[in-house]
Amino acid sequence: MLAKALTGGPRYYAWVALLTLLALAGAATYTHQYHVGLGLTGMGRDVSWGIYIGQFTFLVGVAASAVMLVIPFYLHDYKTFGKVVVFGEILAVASVTMCILFIMADMGMPRRVLNVMLHPRPNSILFWDATVLTGYFTLNLLIASVSLYYQARGDHHPKWLNPFIYLSIPWAISIHTVTAFLYAGLPGRHYWLTAIMAPRFLASAFAAGPAFLLLCLLMVQRFSRFDPGDKAIRTLAKIITYAMVTNLFFLVLEVFTAFYSQIPGHMTPFAYLFAGIDGHNLLVPFMRLSVVLGVVSVVLLVPSRTRNNPTALVVACVCLFFSLMLEKGFGLIVAGFVPNPLERVVEYWPTGPELTIVAGIWSIGLLVLTLGFKIAIAVREHEMAVQPQPQPQGA
Amino acid sequence: MTMDRRGFLKLAGFIGLAAGTACARRVAGPGSRYTTVDGAEDAKRWAMVIDMRRFNTAEDYQRVIDACHKAHNVPHIDNVRHEVKWIWTDTFEHTFPDQTHTRLPEALTERPFLLLCNQCDNPPCTRVCPTDATYRLADGIVAQDYHRCIGCRFCMAGCPYGARSFNWVDPRPHVDHVNPEFPTRNIGVVEKCNFCVDRLERGLPVRCAAASGGGIVVGDLNDPDSEVSRLLARHYTLTRKPQLGARPNVFYIVDEDVVRGEEEHVG
Repeated sequence: MLAKALTGGPRYYAWVALLTLLALAGAATYTHQYHVGLGLTGMGRDVSWGIYIGQFTFLVGVAASAVMLVIPFYLHDYKTFGKVVVFGEILAVASVTMCILFIMADMGMPRRVLNVMLHPRPNSILFWDATVLTGYFTLNLLIASVSLYYQARGDHHPKWLNPFIYLSIPWAISIHTVTAFLYAGLPGRHYWLTAIMAPRFLASAFAAGPAFLLLCLLMVQRFSRFDPGDKAIRTLAKIITYAMVTNLFFLVLEVFTAFYSQIPGHMTPFAYLFAGIDGHNLLVPFMRLSVVLGVVSVVLLVPSRTRNNPTALVVACVCLFFSLMLEKGFGLIVAGFVPNPLERVVEYWPTGPELTIVAGIWSIGLLVLTLGFKIAIAVREHEMAVQPQPQPQGA
Repeated sequence: MTMDRRGFLKLAGFIGLAAGTACARRVAGPGSRYTTVDGAEDAKRWAMVIDMRRFNTAEDYQRVIDACHKAHNVPHIDNVRHEVKWIWTDTFEHTFPDQTHTRLPEALTERPFLLLCNQCDNPPCTRVCPTDATYRLADGIVAQDYHRCIGCRFCMAGCPYGARSFNWVDPRPHVDHVNPEFPTRNIGVVEKCNFCVDRLERGLPVRCAAASGGGIVVGDLNDPDSEVSRLLARHYTLTRKPQLGARPNVFYIVDEDVVRGEEEHVG
């Protein structure tokens, strides 16, 4: 089955070569960082987490979003998702791979990483996050590969897989809840100290993850003989719409609490992100862009006429994805540290080497995704060749 | 009793595993890892009182900072992002941001305050540490193990006092004169004030207190006759961000003398 990932046209090889090159550039830069320390990045004693932890947080959400396909298909027997659910699981595997790599990139002493398991502290949310992420990775890798293996032979997945599938549902919720708890339980970090951190994380995850998957599926539709089906894509678009509207609603709730209460600690991080404080405004254009992109995506997604228009849908999903990537993958983490505990404003901006490592990790993730999708597409194309009209699934 | 080959191997493996675990526990086990030296200062709850009446000139502060940083091989790094600080100064409004307003006396707002790890009773840093690299000792000191720290910096996000420093760059080239009695650190680990735990357990005074000329007093909070207890009973003191529930153990005397300013202050 793995051999299917190794054959393809020139465009496939060019894409894989590009990703490999970027991954190698990232690896080389990381080797340098490993030797000279994290001083190579833009982080410092005041903003001590940056884009690595931001991207990690964002990608945990993308990983969790596989559940948006698993629930309709396995719990509600929504057969339209039958052919695409495995793509969601592969996206989850690729995302968790990136999460783990971002954590490793952020560690000061990566060779001591096993201390988390050798000297575990149940008090620490980080220990639980490592546990649930590893579990989620294993579950999705298992479910995706076993079901593909059986589908390649023309069978349904075996019964023993069902408990793992059902377990993966609460598990998906858990990875993003635990990740929210990393931030939401810290005294003195006003921007993060909010009970709706976990719900916000889940809402943005269930918008950004499926939006990314939808774009991937449209590419699959275009470049392969396998068609995920317009109905599956339309349903996915509806899920994205509900999640994104909920996400923006939650953002409004945060803004209301901060500004109606007039408590400075709650207002200043928002002021820093969207207006700047005393000329410190590095993030302002990006955060404003994030809101604009988010609103544009909702305006395009809510009316069914634009949502069902393929071009508008692509624009909406691209806007949505980058809106949330800026907000959650960057601004959210930085704003927890600005102003600092001494109420001084120290800004953060990622350095060139830092961004090279980010690009390298994304390339590795996209490589995992590409290889996984390639196998899944090969299985689907094979199915079509063997039985041109399989079952009335998705009809 | 009869036993086939497979059963024997299973039993032997199990016994071997159990014996190995027992040996490993004996080697690594809890035992009495910590012993006290004769004459060691014994306190049930260490605390510090910073008597702000005694800090009036820049020299008063610098003496204390130098004593600590030189003894503990704290690197002097010019890049503010990469600074490592165990004890340092800031103004009243930044030291006590939640206890300030716009009409405070100038003598108070213009006076630097000393900042350091608060050795909290309920420290968020130890709560979030995934590897027990930072932990609270029975006498209240929050210790840091540089050899177990994985450099995740969760403790820096957790500490509401900015008391923790990460080694963003190799600190060793930035230490002018290495004190061989205290370890230097490498890149990638977090460090902070250790309340001179290594000195207290040998009966030696805390470095900053010794250099302060009476401005910093360290003692047992549980002993009503200790100097810290007596100072706290007589003076109005502040702790930093008490509303967060970390319960700091560094107290600042901000009596009338401090508020009124230098010219009216008498010894």
